[in-house]
This record gives sequence, structure tokens and C-alpha cells, in this order.
Amino acid sequence: MLTERLHTSKYSFLDKLKVLDYFLIIIVILIGAISVFAIYSTESGEFLYYTKNHLIRLVTFFLMFLFLSFIRITFWYQNAYIFYLICLFFLIIVLFFGITASGSQRWVNLYFLNLQPSELMKIAVIVCFARYYHRVQTTDIQNYKFLFIPLILLIIPCYLVIRQPDLGTAILIAGSGILIIWLAGLNLKYFVYSGLLLLVSLPFVISILKPYQKSRILTFFNPDRDPLGAGYQIIQSKIAIGSGGFFGKGFLKGTQSYLEFLPEKHTDFIFTLFSEEFGFLGSITLLFLYILLIYRVISIGFFVRSFFAKLYCFGFASAIFLYVFVNISMVLGLLPIVGAPLPIMSYGGSSMLSIMLGLSIVMSCKIYSQDQIRNY
Amino acid sequence: MQNRRSSVDKGRTISRRLFILTGAKLLLLGGITSRLYNLQISDREKYEILSDKNRIREWKTPPQRGIITDYFNNILADNDRVFQVHLSLDEVNNFDQTLFRLKNILNLSNNQTKKIYKKKEKLKPWDTLVVSDNIEWNEFSKLNLYLHELEGVKPVVSSSRYYPYGNSSVHVVGYVGDASLKDIERMEEIKENLVPGLKVGKSGIEYSNEKLLIGKYGIKRYEVNSSGKRISQIDYVKESQGVKIKTTIDLEIQKFAQELLIGKAGSICAMDIYTGEIIAMASSPTYDPNKFTHGINHKDWNEIRDNPLKPFVNKSIAGLYSPGSTFKPLVALAALEYNILNPNLKVRCKGHIEMYGQKYHCWKDKGHGYMSLRNAIKQSCDIYFYEMARKLGVDKLAVVAKKYGLGSSILGDVYFDEKKGLVPNTEWKRNNLGRGWLLGETIINGIGQGYIQTTPLQLCLMTAQLANGGYKINPHIISDENISFEDIKSKIQKDIESLKLSSKEDQRDTYSPIRLYKNSKNIKFILEAMFASTNEPGGTSFRSRYDNKKYQFAGKTGTSQVRRITEAERELDLKQSQILYKNRDHALYIAFAPYKDPRYAISVLVEHGGSGGKTAAPLASKLIKKIIDRHELREQIRKRIANLA
Repeated sequence: MLTERLHTSKYSFLDKLKVLDYFLIIIVILIGAISVFAIYSTESGEFLYYTKNHLIRLVTFFLMFLFLSFIRITFWYQNAYIFYLICLFFLIIVLFFGITASGSQRWVNLYFLNLQPSELMKIAVIVCFARYYHRVQTTDIQNYKFLFIPLILLIIPCYLVIRQPDLGTAILIAGSGILIIWLAGLNLKYFVYSGLLLLVSLPFVISILKPYQKSRILTFFNPDRDPLGAGYQIIQSKIAIGSGGFFGKGFLKGTQSYLEFLPEKHTDFIFTLFSEEFGFLGSITLLFLYILLIYRVISIGFFVRSFFAKLYCFGFASAIFLYVFVNISMVLGLLPIVGAPLPIMSYGGSSMLSIMLGLSIVMSCKIYSQDQIRNY
Repeated sequence: MQNRRSSVDKGRTISRRLFILTGAKLLLLGGITSRLYNLQISDREKYEILSDKNRIREWKTPPQRGIITDYFNNILADNDRVFQVHLSLDEVNNFDQTLFRLKNILNLSNNQTKKIYKKKEKLKPWDTLVVSDNIEWNEFSKLNLYLHELEGVKPVVSSSRYYPYGNSSVHVVGYVGDASLKDIERMEEIKENLVPGLKVGKSGIEYSNEKLLIGKYGIKRYEVNSSGKRISQIDYVKESQGVKIKTTIDLEIQKFAQELLIGKAGSICAMDIYTGEIIAMASSPTYDPNKFTHGINHKDWNEIRDNPLKPFVNKSIAGLYSPGSTFKPLVALAALEYNILNPNLKVRCKGHIEMYGQKYHCWKDKGHGYMSLRNAIKQSCDIYFYEMARKLGVDKLAVVAKKYGLGSSILGDVYFDEKKGLVPNTEWKRNNLGRGWLLGETIINGIGQGYIQTTPLQLCLMTAQLANGGYKINPHIISDENISFEDIKSKIQKDIESLKLSSKEDQRDTYSPIRLYKNSKNIKFILEAMFASTNEPGGTSFRSRYDNKKYQFAGKTGTSQVRRITEAERELDLKQSQILYKNRDHALYIAFAPYKDPRYAISVLVEHGGSGGKTAAPLASKLIKKIIDRHELREQIRKRIANLA
């Protein structure tokens, strides 16, 4: 029954190569190149462990991105729920057998890679929701029945991720899901109501937060509360960015970073390092590259024919925006510090893998844009 | 059809929602950009400063103290090379272990290690701890052998105060020690220059001239990482040395004077009677100021503190004594100036006299017989002076005594321990003791006993101002090149010559030296009587005279009682050696030399030394020879300085 709904066209390999989105590829390469220099700088200009690993991952996952781009979009459509379930399965495995590092249990050992399933879940949620809303009629969307299932689909992984604990990723997963629900056309009032509900339940939520999470939130409102403890990261990050000025301190000359005042400079605070060394000009340039990336993904979404592909592209573009926004706001002191990597830039295999995987699905949407998936 | 329409609706919905979402994204992006603008462009300076504060840390290096020399540029207070052990706390991994190793290598006592732990508590984790500020060379070289296994330990060659002639110079120069909280509060310069191991002046010139001597600290700027470890030196502003201070002291004479006093408690002062330069200011007993530089140990401290002869008291300026008969020239001068008596007036001395129902004794039991004023000074007849003081009255005497420098501080604030002494008068007694002046007090005041209190340096100044013809001079111990001997001498000469032409006061101009007399004949008379006292048979210091005109001097002995002698004791007629040390008389002597064309004045005081003629005058005699012998040398230096100026 399922296959009946799919109408696939035939493409020659040359055709596929022709429609590859080279613009997108160039942007990814540019951001990737910048990320290598940034990671290189965190090691004070020596080609050591982090740089080497980052470069290997970047190249590997970039090739994977190109390779996976040729998977038909209908494949993703067909296996969307399975993809989601696999990720959920891994999350459950992590819950029991995960590897613990710096106080949270997030990784599962796959021998060649320590995989962080929550990162994959960020993509799986988008794929899964795109599939789900692909079929739902506009008139049915406001129906409680069709609201209930996505909420369940969202709450389960979020809960598992919070348990690890990893508040940042959970927020990003939830955010991605909500973005798709929004795109699918759920009435504005639901968003307003749930927003109000969140506000009302905030005191209760805070009371069940872990002490370190509470202190992070309090610190966000007043970083000088504990300048050597919880507020240290944000204060040092602001100093680094601010002292960069318009042109920055210069490549490899970020004193805050090489004198080790900057925490987590490889991962969450990579933007800080970049901003310190390349200043306002560099930061704006990098932001612009991300905007181009998002713009490109959205414009691909406009030309695809199926709702699944459209929802996926728009959803993924919005999710990338969310990741970038949360990360940069965090290091600028606009949001509390929750662990959220900057796509492509941050050091970390799973995050790189999920972004590249997400991009390959976008590319697949483009290559097989003429594939029709019937809505009913 | 319906499906198709619905499908179009759905597509529109998605596009519309995306449009709204994009709007929201742009808003948020604007937020991020404005934040970036805020941090990196508006507040850039603020964050640059914070970033530098993070990465740059300053270490102060101790300033070099200015040196102190004598008149001939012999160094009295020097900066010597010392070997120190510093510990950079930021580089030490295990403090206890490192200190334990150091303790074994340097043979530190348990007490010392305890002190080091105490010191450490006050320091910040990146400060430098001075483990030892003065170790022997062999310990220092031994330490260098073990250095590779001692993290954070730094052998440092530093400079530290050293007094090459410590015992002889301490009462002039003073000494230094670690800056205390009091020192830091006392002076902004000390606070500013405060570094671990900073030494500051604790007494004498070292204390009063701290501002000039201290110099300016240096700064070493290092780039440090977040754990405070030094990465590289960015900048080194070199420390600078304090100003050199040149004193008017002649080291040779100072040393000689100090030697003369060995085994005695007392003081010797010598002064140029025209320039007011203090050539020697010895005080005995003395102590070694070098012991204080690195913290004096308990044994040495107790030894100095408990010495009954009081080494810490600078007797030249802080010792107060009755001047005894050395006061007589001034009493006689006062009497002559006020025309109280004719110098030819004869008074009969029977050895004692009854006045106001009280019996007063002369030092000579048998009496001097009939005395004139000249003879009374020469033989120091007390009876004559009782009579004279009675006629003169205490208030007039006080006026003259104060004019000649008694009763006030001489060196200003160079020595914080300098005492003013006391010249009593009726008003003083009424105000301070609340009782009226008794005539009997006037009588003993006439022989320099009673309430009157003077320092040896005051007596020296008094003598100098008599010897130069009765002119006010400016006594000082820190060399002043603006004071010219030729200038002062010629002015005084001119003033004396103008006196011969006309004795009218109003012909003098403001540049003339200040006269301390009304009639120069009176000064001459006193000086001549002092000459007789030394150089004529029967004079009280006749035995210490020089016949050689080059050394010939004039002086006046003094023997000051430290307590009242009872009638019973007078009957016993004990020799000084038979009396308890603390009850013996102080021996004093004042003199000026050479008698023809005098140039120097001296005062000698020996506490409980017995009679001035026997004890003090011989010391003075030796000192005067030394001073005259070195006169030419001093003149050469003086002229060289004058030429340079």
C-alpha cells in the first residue's frame, strides 16, 4: 500500500551530479575550513590531537554527506519511523549502558566511534515529524488526536536526554519538533497557551532542577554572583569576545584562549575563540555563512514537491538556526549556559555526524525533487 | 479535487508559517548582532582592560636605597650584595615538601620554618616568599646544586643595607629593618614601594630621610595563564636608586671620638664654628646596626636593651644633663651684658657661703680666697657665681642661654629622638610646677645645676657661637653646599670691623650675621677667661693644654652633680671611685680650637666620669689634636666643592 503512494522518477547519474547543490557544498566547505583553523587555534597553533581528529571527522563526514545524498528521499520517507525508533533504542541503551564523562551519561560505544544518540535524535525528530505531518490534513491538524501523538513522540526522547543529563540537547530536540509542528500549521493559540503554561509551571520546574542547573540559571541572570565558580565561563567568554574588538586580536593571538582563561573552548565556546581572534568582522562573516546555509536549505525546500521533503527542509533549516542561535546567545551571555554545540564548528563527532546526515537528506530532497509522495 | 485543494492549502500554510518564522529569526539575529556590536565595539575598551587584567600580572622589584656618606665621600651606609632564597608560590607544587627539602639544605631551625609558614599565610598564591634574605655563600652554592629538584625555589642575588663602620656611625646614620605596619602608615612612599623584604629606616638619618633614600621600585610584567603560571616576561621597568645623602661628619674623627669613649657612657660632639657643620657626633656605648638589617636575634636584642649604659640612647642629642660649670661662661656673659657687675669686682671664697639661711659650697672646700671674674672662670669658683647669679636673676640668664641655643632642638627633625632640654625661668616654673621661683634655685642655676637640662650638642653649639665672636650659626649634619665658609667668615669679619668704626645698631643690613651679644668686649673677655682656664697654671684643665700654638685651645670644665650631697657625705670627703657608679658626677668639657683664629668647637661628656678636668678634658685634648691634624684635608675638600659650585 505504501509503495503505491510513491511515484519515483528515473535519473541518470550525470543528472544527479548536475543537480547537486554546489552552493550548499561550498558553504559547508567554508564553514568546515574555518572550523579547522579555529580548532587549530585552541591548541595554540600546533597540529595536535584535537585538530587532527576534527579534520579527520570533517573530511569523513563530509564525504559521507556527499555519498548519502544519493539515497532516494523516498527511502527516508519509508524509514522515517524506523530511524526514530533506532535512535530511541540507542537512547535507552545509553540510559543503561552509556559511557559517562564529566558527570553525564551520553555516549554509547560503537568501537569506531563513541556515538551520542541524542545528537542523532535531533535529526530523527525532524524526519519523523515531517513524515507524520506529511499525511495530516490541514483541517485535522487542530484535532487533539493529531496533537497528542507528536507530543508523545517528543516527550519520550526529551525525557531520556534530560535524564543523562543533557538539558541543552533536550531543548534543541524539543525545539526542532515544535518548529515542525508550527510549520505544519497548528493554531497559534496552542503555542500561546503552552507558553503561558510553561511560565506558570516555571517555579515548579526550577524546584526539580539539579543544583548545578539551578546555579547556571541564577548565574545567567547575574554572572558576578560567583565569578570564579558558575559565573566564570560566561564572564571569561564576554571578556574574550569584547576584547576582540572590530578586527580581532589576530589568528592564534587570542590571549584568553591560549592562556586557558576560556573554558570548553573546543566545543561550546568555539565561537568565543573565533570572535576573540577575528573580531566583530569575523563574527559577522561567520554568522552570514550560517545565514547563507539556512537560506539555501530553505530555497531547496521551496522547489521540492512533496510535503515530507518541504517540511523536512524548512524544519532542518529552522533547527540549524536554533542551534546557532542558542549557542551564540549562550556565549554572548544572552541565554543561560546549556550545553549546545555550534554546528560544524564545534569539536565533536556525533554533532558533526548529525549535521552532515541532516544535510545529506536536504541534498537528497534536491536531487530527487521530482519524486512525488502522495499525501493520502 | 478536494484533496488537491487541501493540498494547496497545506502548501500555503507551510509557506506562511515559514515566512513568520523567518521574520522571527531575523529579529533574533538582529539581537545577536547588536549584542556583538555592544561587546566588541561599544564596550571594547572595558573588555580589553579586563582581558589584560587576566593575562598580565605585575611583580614589584625592591628599590635601591640611596647611600649615605661622610664629608669625604666615605660610605657610611652602603648597599651590599646578599644571597637570598625566594620561593615563587605559583610554581611550587608541594609547599610542605619543598620547604622540608630547603630546611635540610639550608639548616633552617624549627623556629625559622614556623615563621616561614606564618609569612606564607599573608601572601597571595602568586606572590614571592622570601625564605631567607641573607644566606652564606657556601649555603648559596650548595642550594644551586639541588636546584633542579626544587620547583619554584629561586636563588637571588639581591642588595641589602650594609654599614661598613656600623658601631661608629650608628648614632649618626641610624639603621634599617623590615617595614612594619606603622612604617607603611607613616609614609605614602613606603606603602607604594612595599615589596617582600623591603627595608626601611628605623632611626637616625635613615628614618628621617626615608623619602629621599627609598628610591623607586621596579616592575616586572609577566603574561600569566589562568592558573597564574608565568608564561613570558613582557616588560621590565628597572627600579631606581634613592638619593645619596652626604653628611658633614668626618669618619676618621667620628671613629676616633667613638674610640675615646670605649668603656664609658657619654658623648663627644665637634662642630665647625662658622659653617655649623657637625664633624663628629659620637655616643657611647654603641651597637652594630648591621644586626638589625635582617632581623636581630633575641640574644643580641636583649644584650643591647638590658645594657645599663643604654646604647640605644643617642647621648649627644637625646641625653639630658645639667651643664654644671660649662654653663659658667654663659652666666658670666649674661652678667656682663646686663651690666650686673664689674669684672674686677672681688668676691671672697671661703669654700662655702650662707645665703637665705642655706649653706652653699664651693667645689674647693678650702676656698679660693679673693676672686675676680676672670679668675672665677679660670678656677671655676662656685662662690663667685652664686653671688653673680643672685644679682643677675634667673630670667635674664634664661634669655641669654636661649639665645645661644640651649633649651631648643638643634637639628630640627633629622633625629626624631632629639631632646630640647630645659632653660628654666620663673614663668616656666609657675606654669609647669605651679610654684613660685625660689631664690636658692637661682643660685644653683648659676653653676649649671638645678632645673637646667642640656644636651651635649647644645653645649657644643653654645661654645661654637661664643668662639666665633658671638654670632648665630646654622648647625647641621646633612651637608649643605649653599653654606659657604668664606661667605660667613667674611661677613662676621666685616661686622666686627664695622663695630670698631661705629657701634650704632642701625648701620647693619639684613645680610649681616645675627649678633648674639650687645658688646663684643664681653665675648672677648669670656673667651680670654676660657683660655686662662686651660693655659694658665691653676686653670681647671691646665694639664690637658697644648703649648704648640697650632693645637692650643681654650675650654671650660664641668662637673655636674647627679644628686644632692648631704652634709654627712661632705664630711666623709669620699673620692669619686669610692662612690657608687650611678651616684658619681658627670664629667663635662667644652672647648674651641685653635685659640688664635678658632675654627672648631667641641663638647665632651662622660656619664658618671668624675671631674671634668680629670676625665673629660684629656679626651677633648686628644680629639682637638686629631681635628686640627685633619683640618687641611677638610679644607681641600671644602674648596673643591666650593669651586664646583
